[in-house]
Amino acid sequence: MTTTTLRDAVALTDRPTRPSALGTTLTFGWRALLKIKHVPEQLFDVLVSPVIFTLMFTYLFGGALAGSTQAYVQFLLPGILVQTILFVTIYTGYTLNNDISKGVFDRFRSLPIWRPSPVVGALLGDTVRYTIASVITIALGLLLGFRPEGGLAGVVLGVLLLLVFAFALSWTFIILGLLVRSPNAVMGISMLVLMPLTFASNVFVDPATMPSGLRAFVEVNPVSHLVTAERSMMAGEPDSAAILWVLVASVVLTGVLGPIAMRIYRTKT
Amino acid sequence: MSDSLAVEARGLVKHFTSRKTVTKAVDGIDLSIGEGSVFGLLGPNGAGKTTVVRMLATLLRPDAGTASVLGHDVVHDADAVRSAVGLTGQYASVDEDLTGTENLIMLARLYGFTPAASRRRVQGLLEAFDLADAGSRQVKTYSGGMHRRIDLAASLVLAPRVLFLDEPTTGLDPRSRNQVWDIVRVLVDDGATVLLTTQYLDEADQLADRIAVVDHGRTIAEGTSSELKRSVGEGAVHLRVAEVTDRTRAAEITERVLGTEVTYDSDPHAIAARVPDDGADAVPRLLPALTDAGIAVPEFTLGQPSLDEVFLALTGQPLPDDEEPAPERDTRPRETSEVPR
Repeated sequence: MTTTTLRDAVALTDRPTRPSALGTTLTFGWRALLKIKHVPEQLFDVLVSPVIFTLMFTYLFGGALAGSTQAYVQFLLPGILVQTILFVTIYTGYTLNNDISKGVFDRFRSLPIWRPSPVVGALLGDTVRYTIASVITIALGLLLGFRPEGGLAGVVLGVLLLLVFAFALSWTFIILGLLVRSPNAVMGISMLVLMPLTFASNVFVDPATMPSGLRAFVEVNPVSHLVTAERSMMAGEPDSAAILWVLVASVVLTGVLGPIAMRIYRTKT
Repeated sequence: MSDSLAVEARGLVKHFTSRKTVTKAVDGIDLSIGEGSVFGLLGPNGAGKTTVVRMLATLLRPDAGTASVLGHDVVHDADAVRSAVGLTGQYASVDEDLTGTENLIMLARLYGFTPAASRRRVQGLLEAFDLADAGSRQVKTYSGGMHRRIDLAASLVLAPRVLFLDEPTTGLDPRSRNQVWDIVRVLVDDGATVLLTTQYLDEADQLADRIAVVDHGRTIAEGTSSELKRSVGEGAVHLRVAEVTDRTRAAEITERVLGTEVTYDSDPHAIAARVPDDGADAVPRLLPALTDAGIAVPEFTLGQPSLDEVFLALTGQPLPDDEEPAPERDTRPRETSEVPR
């Protein structure tokens, strides 16, 4: 390290102009992709859990619940897809919390950029995770005999709707990531919330046989509405009420939680 | 050093409340840092140094008081402050999962450099910071010194006019510490203003033009290094005579010349004497006086009081020992923060 090279390296004649909000957001999206490249282990959960769940439920319960595994996988797969993606949203909060505890977060907050861009960019990067998880789950389903009547269009639109909801739901975990002390606590709390929400729903079984109290819960459970919407789209008979419900819920979640999250982000000590 | 102020703070206050106990992290601090100078905030852990830096870097909103950086208010004109300031410290790190190059490219892109300009800028910085070979490795594989250099490089991507360095050498080995010091000196030579927090006395002494000693969120003394030292006296003479039998005579001569009392060391050859406030002129006469009396004096030192003594005199408690061997790997005490999260 010599004095002159240091001088030359630091000296700056042409100061850049301030980048656009889109530019900085995309840069943070690029960062999220780099993290997936350098830490591929973080995809392990994303890859393995849908495979295990799909295989386990199809073969353990398929015959008993629906008469055959073939029949059950038609019912189960859209539900498993929802469960998988919902669990992947936890990583948003986990990653953000990691940035805070590692001190990267303060570096970003000290930059002259559009303030939400680190968070929104991370959400963009998460799309890659959602897409990988969706592709794996659906591919496995097809292998096991899943034959969606809605065809390619139904499946793709179903996945898109799921992504919209996943982005909206992510704000919950961003808030959690900002408030909770450690990345592992984010994981723990999120699991505690998502486990009952996904199991006490219509993901695995038709709620018709459930006791009335539980059925009442399942019917108001947002996950059930989402699963109903997904099933209908993939079956080629879109349930417009359920789809509308998911879209409205997404808008409300984003409209309410987004500003709250950004407020906490700005005033975070 | 010009007359205009790079950083100005008046009555900064930040209190943290956790479980109903209020911690007065910063309790009314004033700062005036001239452009092109190095200002040291010296104090033990928990004195409030980091909280001051975080407020000046727009990461924390002051509860009371005002602060501006290059004339921009840190609350109302935060983006202008962010464009002018580089920050390195316990709380502004780089992404350890990414490589050194990727980290710097990302920052360059966030500051608005084009892809080509980003690559040129980053290549130059990596070479200057002796990290060109390590650029393609993940930062988590770096040694403590390398980690601190990439942190520094990250804060210099936009060539900031004001640099905040929060404990830049904590946990570094002496060689890495010297490298960081050299970098800071070059930057200041080129006109940057540096605000440095440290718990190391020699660091403040070596780098800072002015030093504020902070304790419990307040400034307890401020001045140049020598002003602070003068506030506890002019220093002390330590001498060692060749023959033990000469010690009493040497003490008598010293007392006469300096007009001050002599203390006897546990070493039977050695004596020490505080130089009185107006006695600095007498010191050069002492050694000839001893030699004329036929006393051989193989060791004669005049030491200014250390900042440690300054701190002791000001607060009644010594600073933490800074001579512990520094670990090679980066073990920065992120958890022992002075800011409750």
